[in-house]
Amino acid sequence: MSAYRFLVNGAPAEVDVPGMRRLLDVLREDLGLTGTKEGCGEGECGACSVLLDGQVVDSCLVPICQVEGRIVRTVEGLSLAARERGSLDTLQEAFLEHGAAQCGICTPGMLMAARAYLDAGGGPDEDPIREAIAGNLCRCTGYSKIVDAIAAVATPAD
Amino acid sequence: MPAEPPIDSPRRLFEAYELLAAGSTRPIAGGTDVMVAITGELGPIPERMLDLSRLEELRGISLEQGALLLGARATYTEIRRSTVCREHLPALVEAAATIGAAQIQNRGTIGGNLANASPAGDTLPVLLAADAVILVGGQRGEREIPVADFFLDYRKTALAPDELILQVQVPLPRGRSLRFRKVGTRRAQAISKVVMALAWQDLGSAGWKDVRVALGSVAATPIRARATEAVLEGAGPTPEVADRAAETLAGELQPIDDVRSTAEYRRAVSARILHRLLRDAGGW
Repeated sequence: MSAYRFLVNGAPAEVDVPGMRRLLDVLREDLGLTGTKEGCGEGECGACSVLLDGQVVDSCLVPICQVEGRIVRTVEGLSLAARERGSLDTLQEAFLEHGAAQCGICTPGMLMAARAYLDAGGGPDEDPIREAIAGNLCRCTGYSKIVDAIAAVATPAD
Repeated sequence: MPAEPPIDSPRRLFEAYELLAAGSTRPIAGGTDVMVAITGELGPIPERMLDLSRLEELRGISLEQGALLLGARATYTEIRRSTVCREHLPALVEAAATIGAAQIQNRGTIGGNLANASPAGDTLPVLLAADAVILVGGQRGEREIPVADFFLDYRKTALAPDELILQVQVPLPRGRSLRFRKVGTRRAQAISKVVMALAWQDLGSAGWKDVRVALGSVAATPIRARATEAVLEGAGPTPEVADRAAETLAGELQPIDDVRSTAEYRRAVSARILHRLLRDAGGW
């Protein structure tokens, strides 16, 4: 056991756990952040996607020792900036408006993959959006509404 | 839930070498293969783990003395974004772009693709076709292993248990061409049914020289199709040569049926891919 320190959604976190514990388990079990979901547990489905230093990763594949000193953003942190004005993240609003969630298990990961895409300057074209969420499986929506929601938030390319 | 064996995160290479020499230690870089492999369902759980994420020596992509040097920890995302890779080895960029999706590309590394030694590893045919060399190191010193000598058997490599992959060195001779093609179930997040790389030096009227035909997912390891290479050596990409090379390849390969595809499909598709690559090269 070692103490690992990192930032989660802007706040410092410290956990005293085995270094091989999955980031997913640290978030859900040790920090109580259950917004991040476990789907397949082997990096196929993307349900556990979070941002690590701004990059989307499957938190089921990241040992916590590799998170020491780094910045983690989860679905709970998505609305952090928007909360001051009493609303959700624009991406979350767009998912609601477009009916981009059904059962909801893929939604947190889908939102984080889309957030990484938008933060990197991604535009509203369908192909790059589909590539950006290719690692996130949804068994309900058929993806069209999810793609529409992400496109609605994206800035048009110049 | 996966096992949680003890893990060390050394910052110096010599410390990593010491830990490896102590035995029963499994290195982990991006974790995209290892985290799935150590649950206990796929063999014994390692006694100890060695975290490579603090070893800065294993990072970076650069161009030196006519060779592309990729640190073992270069991720697929870094390869896709690298201007030197895009300019000098675009086939590797293409291969990196077909691996998993963003979540995997942000974490998976070229050193891990080699060490994992999956017959379906998508960068491996590119490295084979490019005559890449792997620099490995340990307490006993450093040595270079040609990629062509690296894969011994199904998921068995020439890397000793006390050695680490440090760097991948890709020579970039002037005028050499390299093409990549992958066939999978879908465009993203697909493990390949067939993956192929074709490399050659065009000597004009003297035909092609140093032809390499490398494939993944058609044998226990990534392989070179040497009989097919021999057909193409000294020849040009004409329709007749393409027919003969495709036929030779179909006869040379011994793929298997598995969950992703059938032997018959793999043989037929491999021949078609090669034919198409030769047609594109010949411009007919």
